[in-house]
Amino acid sequence: MTIVEQVARARQTGDWNSLIASVPYAKFLGVTLEERDGTLLGRMKFSDQLVGNPHLPALHGGTLGALLELAAQFELMYRAQTLVLPKTVTLTIDYLRSGRAQDTFVRAKTVRQGRRVATVHTWAWQEDEHQPVAQATVKQLIISEAP
Amino acid sequence: MNESDPAPGLELLNAAFRDFIPHNKVLGFEIIEASFDPPYVIARLPYDERLVGHPDSGLLHGGVVTTLLDAAGGAAVYTRLNSPQSIATLDLRIDYLKPAAGRLAVSSRAECIKCTRNVAFVRMTAYQEDLTDPIAMGAATYMIGTPGQAVTQGFLL
Repeated sequence: MTIVEQVARARQTGDWNSLIASVPYAKFLGVTLEERDGTLLGRMKFSDQLVGNPHLPALHGGTLGALLELAAQFELMYRAQTLVLPKTVTLTIDYLRSGRAQDTFVRAKTVRQGRRVATVHTWAWQEDEHQPVAQATVKQLIISEAP
Repeated sequence: MNESDPAPGLELLNAAFRDFIPHNKVLGFEIIEASFDPPYVIARLPYDERLVGHPDSGLLHGGVVTTLLDAAGGAAVYTRLNSPQSIATLDLRIDYLKPAAGRLAVSSRAECIKCTRNVAFVRMTAYQEDLTDPIAMGAATYMIGTPGQAVTQGFLL
């Protein structure tokens, strides 16, 4: 089954975790996904290999960036009226707090879906969703580009 | 490596960024070139099947490039500091120009454009075989010297 077919199936079954589990990098980071209250809720399970600062300890900023980007991609696959895989064009991350040695959650919201480009806001938190550790704006192409 | 301008403390930088930071270590991150003037580093991540974003294509996930740029940018700040200080990524903006192709390593050249008392400004380029054919461009700022405050996002010595 191609990814596009897998996305179509996830839309029908609501089983988004099987889809993200098929992405090696998401598995490497320990990211799982569940549908909850009409949104996708992601979780990056803490592990020692995600640490960027062993003194504090704190998560590597790159892992938070990757988590935010994954959330934005899956938000569009979940929401968008297109079966083309979204392609990230730009990513702007604000680091707000130190990511501690614990699980991190992520959610995303489509700000606007145009004909060619969608703008997604995404935020990651640990204990309180209103106190995010990082947030990002992600612009994604949602049409296939001619080669 | 440029013989006339030997890399400043390449081993020290690798001890700090490659060996000391667990996530960089697990990715196989390595600084392969560094300079004080101009203040830049070149860092590399080997291709790794665990980092694939599209199972069909075997291409690396964009998040891998994000991590490489963040780590290389932090190392570039260290080429401008007089003494090791804790630094924290404040923001990071990336333009993805094209996907990382094939089973090739990804490299990043990161240059610290300006370093003030509080903030360092960095520009990065990610590429595979040719610096002039980039796959992504990045711009980041890092907070410098945050002792006693739990705001460190990235790298502390």
